[in-house]
Parts: sequence; C-alpha cells; structure tokens
Amino acid sequence: MSEFHDRGVEVIAISVDSPAESQKLCQSRGYSFPFLSDPDAQVIRQYGVLHPKGGAEGKDIARPAEFLVDTAGTIRWVNLTDDIRVRARPEAVLAAISRLRS
Amino acid sequence: MKRHRNILIWAGFTVVIVALVSYIPIFTLFPVTRDIPWANYLLFLLGGGLLAVGVKRAFRDPEHYRGKIAGSILAVLSVLLFGFFVVSILYFGKQIPSGERALRPGQPAPPFVLQNIAGKQVASSELLKGHRAVVLVFYRGYW
Repeated sequence: MSEFHDRGVEVIAISVDSPAESQKLCQSRGYSFPFLSDPDAQVIRQYGVLHPKGGAEGKDIARPAEFLVDTAGTIRWVNLTDDIRVRARPEAVLAAISRLRS
Repeated sequence: MKRHRNILIWAGFTVVIVALVSYIPIFTLFPVTRDIPWANYLLFLLGGGLLAVGVKRAFRDPEHYRGKIAGSILAVLSVLLFGFFVVSILYFGKQIPSGERALRPGQPAPPFVLQNIAGKQVASSELLKGHRAVVLVFYRGYW
C-alpha cells in the first residue's frame, strides 16, 4: 500500500456494504485505506459495474472492477475480471500508474 | 489374525476435506494460490493418493486391513467433493455480468459523495485534489 502512497495515489474501496460492515472488515484485515459505502449501488451503476441481484436475496451489488482515475477526473485504466476470484495484481495497477505521466 | 484399522483411508479422506475447506480461509489470501488453486489441487491429489493406497490394500489384503466398505464410500465421496471444488472454481466464480457496460479509459469518472467507515461523507473531488490519482476498487462486499 505504501507503494501507492509513495506515488501520490490513494486506493479507495467501494461496495454496497454499510459503513459498519466495512469497518469490521477493515479491523479484521488491517486495511487502512478508505472504504466507501454505496448501499443503493448508485455509484456502482454509474460506473457500469452493477451486478444485478448478485448478492444474497437478490440484492444488487458491484461486480469486481478497478478504475484508475487521474487528478483531472479522467479514467485512465480499467481492469474488469471475468472471475470473482481473480483481482488486479498490485504490479499491474502500479504499471498503469507509471504510464500516467504521458 | 487381527485386522488393522486402515489408517490411510481416513488420513486420505481428512486431507481431501482439508483441500476443500482450506481454499477460502487460507489460500485465497495469496494471489499465487488464489488465481489458480494449485495448492488445493495438490492437496486433493495427496488425499486421493493416500485413499487409493488404503482402498487398494483393503481389497488386496483383507485379512490384514479393514476398510473395504468405508474406503469405497469415502473414495466416492472424495471424488464428489473434488468435482464440487472444480465446478465451484471454474463455473461459479465466473457468474458475473460482462464488463461491456463499464466506463472505459478516456471517459470522465462520475463524481460521487459516499460515506466512509466513520460515517463521514467523502467526495471524490476531495480525494482527487489531494492525490495524483486514485484507484477505485469495486468489490462485491459481504452484505
């Protein structure tokens, strides 16, 4: 995580979980970066990564995805896995960050 | 002659159970063992091997070893558990919508205001102001 902070990049996790649930997760896993709660999946929908009825009892949730957004607010890199088990490796995200200068 | 308890059958089955249940709490924590669950496949192989040796000796040498029935049942169960594991990995993990509707590089990132774990409203504009870039990680959550 410090490799991201050294590059001036913040990592932000977003899900439909409530702040209390995310807090539990952060405590148990020792995560220190911001976790944001999108209970109605509004932002998730805007980014086009909604998984309709993907959660328990038909709840709309997010599909796994990573977006790199530059300081001007433009999306510069996107990673969309096709398997919930496989997420972007930190190396891949760092490589995308190092290409940002251009 | 006294017949021995066929320990290999039970040891093998135990390893198969471990192979099945260890994936989520242990091996998903490391990308190397998560993306392709080779550690669990190896455990299944080890458990299956032990079980196979146990069953073989129960049938070859029934005067010394027990476990013809238990071994057969556990062997069938192990095959089913392995099948369940493989199907879970190859099928259930991929039951997510395609990413074709997702925003693409070059498009503006929609601004947002969301609550953090302390219940405080956090605006994306504030996050961007203080950083060179942000990585938004959308995840399924634990609901």
